[in-house]
Amino acid sequence: MANTMETNYYDTYPDDNGHFGQYGGRFVGETLMGAIYELEQAYEKYKTDPEFQAEMDKDLADFVGRPSPIYLAENLTKNLGGAQIYLKREDLNHTGAHKVNNTIGQALLAKRMGKTRIIAETGAGQHGVATATVAARLGMECVVYMGAADVQRQAQNVYRMKLLGAEVIPVESGSRTLKDALNEALRDWVTNVDNTFYIIGTVAGPHPYPAMVRDFQSIIGREARSQIINATGKLPDALIACIGGGSNAIGLFHPFIEDKEVVMYGVEGAGHGIETGQHSAPLSAGTPGVLHGNRTYLMQDENGQIIETHSISAGLDYPGVGPEHALLKDIGRANYVSVTDDEALEAFHTLTRSEGIIPALESSHAIAYACKLAPTMSPEQVLLINLSGRGDKDMHTVAAMAGLTF
Amino acid sequence: MSRISHCFEKLKTDGQTALIPYITAGDPEPWVTVPILHAMVDAGANLLELGIPFSDPMSDGPVIQKACERALKNDVSLKHVLDMVRQFREKDKITPIVLMGYANPLEAMGYEAFAKRAEEVGVDGILTVDMPPEESEQFLTIMDSHNIDTIFLVAPTTSLERMDKIAKVAKGFIYYVSIKGVTGSASLDISEVSEKMAELRQRTSLPLGVGFGIRDGKSAAAVSDVADGVVVGSTLVRWIAEHANNPEILPEALAGLVAEMRHAINARDMAK
Ligand SMILES: Cc1ncc(COP(=O)(O)O)c(C=O)c1O
Repeated sequence: MANTMETNYYDTYPDDNGHFGQYGGRFVGETLMGAIYELEQAYEKYKTDPEFQAEMDKDLADFVGRPSPIYLAENLTKNLGGAQIYLKREDLNHTGAHKVNNTIGQALLAKRMGKTRIIAETGAGQHGVATATVAARLGMECVVYMGAADVQRQAQNVYRMKLLGAEVIPVESGSRTLKDALNEALRDWVTNVDNTFYIIGTVAGPHPYPAMVRDFQSIIGREARSQIINATGKLPDALIACIGGGSNAIGLFHPFIEDKEVVMYGVEGAGHGIETGQHSAPLSAGTPGVLHGNRTYLMQDENGQIIETHSISAGLDYPGVGPEHALLKDIGRANYVSVTDDEALEAFHTLTRSEGIIPALESSHAIAYACKLAPTMSPEQVLLINLSGRGDKDMHTVAAMAGLTF
Repeated sequence: MSRISHCFEKLKTDGQTALIPYITAGDPEPWVTVPILHAMVDAGANLLELGIPFSDPMSDGPVIQKACERALKNDVSLKHVLDMVRQFREKDKITPIVLMGYANPLEAMGYEAFAKRAEEVGVDGILTVDMPPEESEQFLTIMDSHNIDTIFLVAPTTSLERMDKIAKVAKGFIYYVSIKGVTGSASLDISEVSEKMAELRQRTSLPLGVGFGIRDGKSAAAVSDVADGVVVGSTLVRWIAEHANNPEILPEALAGLVAEMRHAINARDMAK
C-alpha cells in the first residue's frame, strides 16, 4: 500500500472545488457564479487541447520571447560571498515582467469563449500593460481598473496602457490601491458578465483563477528547472521570489514542489517594518479570512475589516495572497519572509550597479532577501531568484526617494 | 415557525406584499440606526434588512460603498450591529431582522460565536452575499442549530440547476436580485423578473423577495405583482447620504419614504 504521506501534491491540490486545504474556494456573489463555472469549463477543456496549447506556445515564443534565460550573477555572487546566484530573467519578457505569461493564456481563452470585452485590475501597472497589450493584438475592448494612488506612482505605465488603446479607470474608493481596483473590476464584471472576460493578474480571485493563473505562470519554473539542471548539473538549493498576490512566486515554485530538497522562500513587502503595521505581509503577519473570492491569509483587524497596506512597490501593496501560498505556508513546504522598503531599495541599487540589471521594485524584494541568505550558504550551493520584472516603471519612485524629479 | 416565516404567512393571509427596507448599520451615526428601524416599522415596513459594514463591499454600488465607509468611520462592526439588534428588540419583538453582509466579518467573529449571539439578541436571518451554497456547508449547520434562517440570492444569471441547489439550502425566503449589476445600478425589467419568479416558484415554496433595482413607489408596486416581498435599499441609503450631517431628521424622513412605498404597494395589493 502507498504511504499516505507520499500522496502527490499535484494530485491533491486544489480539489474539485478549488480548495487548497482550507484555503481557496469560490466566494463570490450569485451573479458571478455562472460565469466562474463557465470559465472553469472552458479552461478545463482548452488546457489539454493541443491546438490551444500550440497557439499559446507560439505566442510565448515569438511574441513574449520565451524561454527567458537564467543568468549567473557573478559579481553579486562574488560580493555576497556565498551561494551561486542565478536570476530567472522574467524582466526580459515583452512588456517587462512575468505578467504577460498569464495574460496571453487568459486572452486566448477569452477569444475562444467568444468574449469581446476584457477587464483587468492592476497595481504596478505591469498586469494592466500586459493585458492592454494582448487586447490590442486581439482587437478587443479593454478596461483597466487601477487605484488612484497607483495611477500617480506608476504614471508611465498608465500612459503605456492608454497608448495601447485601453481605458484606465482610477479607483477612488478605500485605500485607492490594488485591492480597491480588484473590487471595482469585480463590480464591472457583475454588470457586464455576458460579454466580458475578467483577466485577473495574480493567483487570487475565486476558483479557477488561482489554479489557472498558476498553470500559466508555471512556465517560469518548468523552464528554470531544466535550465538550472543544464547549467549546474543539479537542482537548486533554494528558490526566492517576491510575493504580491503570489503569481511569479507560485510560477517558479510549483514545478519544484515535489523536489523536497529545494527550499523555497516567498518574500513579502515589510514596508516600513512589520512592527509598524505599515506593510503588505499577510503571510508573515496576517490571519485567515475571506476576500476577493477565496479564503486565504489577510491583513485585517479583529472585526474582519481589511486594513490598509503599505509597500514602496505598488505590485506588492495588497492585503491578501493567493490561497496556494497559504497552504504551502501551513504545510511548511515554503517559507515566507519579508524585507522592508529600505532593504528593497538598497537591493535595487545593488543589482543595478553590480550586474547592470535594473530590477522592478517588486523583484528587488527577492534580491534583498538573497543578499541576506546567500552569505549563509556555501559556494557549492545554488540560489535561484525570480527576477519578475524590470525597473523602468519605477524610475519616478526611485528618483523621488533620492530627492530628484524629472 | 421562524419569525420570518410567520411574517410572510400573515401577510399572505392579509393579501399584502412585504416591504423590506435596507439600511447599513451605523450610517451615518450609530445612535440613529435603531430609531430609523423603529420609524420604518411604524411607517409600514414588515421585515428589516440591516447591512453589516465591510471595508470591501464588492457587490455594492457607490451608494452602499459610501454608507459602509461612513459606518466604518464610526468603527461600527459586526459586534455593534448585533448590539443594535438587541436594542431594537427591547421595543419590537415581532418584526423580523435579517443581517446582510460579507463573509469576512463573520469569519473573523467565528460562525458559532456569531450564531449564538445573533440568536440571543433576536436576529432572524443572515444573508452573506459572497458565500454561495458551495461554500456554506458548515455555516448552514451552525446557523440552523441557532435558528437563524439562511437567506440566499438568486440572480438573472442563475441556471435552473443552481436554483434547485439554492432552493434546497435556503430558509426564510429567497432573495431575487433583479438586475445584473451591483446594488443601486440599473432599473429592473419587470417581465424578466416575473419569468424568474415563475421558475423559482416551481422549485420552492419559500416566499420570494425581489431587490436591487427598486427606486420608488412605482417600481415597488410593479414588483409586488409578482413577488412576496419588495426590498428597497440604495434609494433609502442615498437619502441618508444627502442628510448625513443632519441625522436627527433621518428617522422621520425615512419613515416618509417607506410610507410612500407602502402606500403604492397597498394600492396595488388592493387592486389584485
Ligand atoms: C514585476 C512584478 N513582480 C511582482 C509583482 C507581484 O505580483 P505577483 O506576486 O502576483 O507576482 C508584480 C505586480 O504588479 C510585478 O509587476
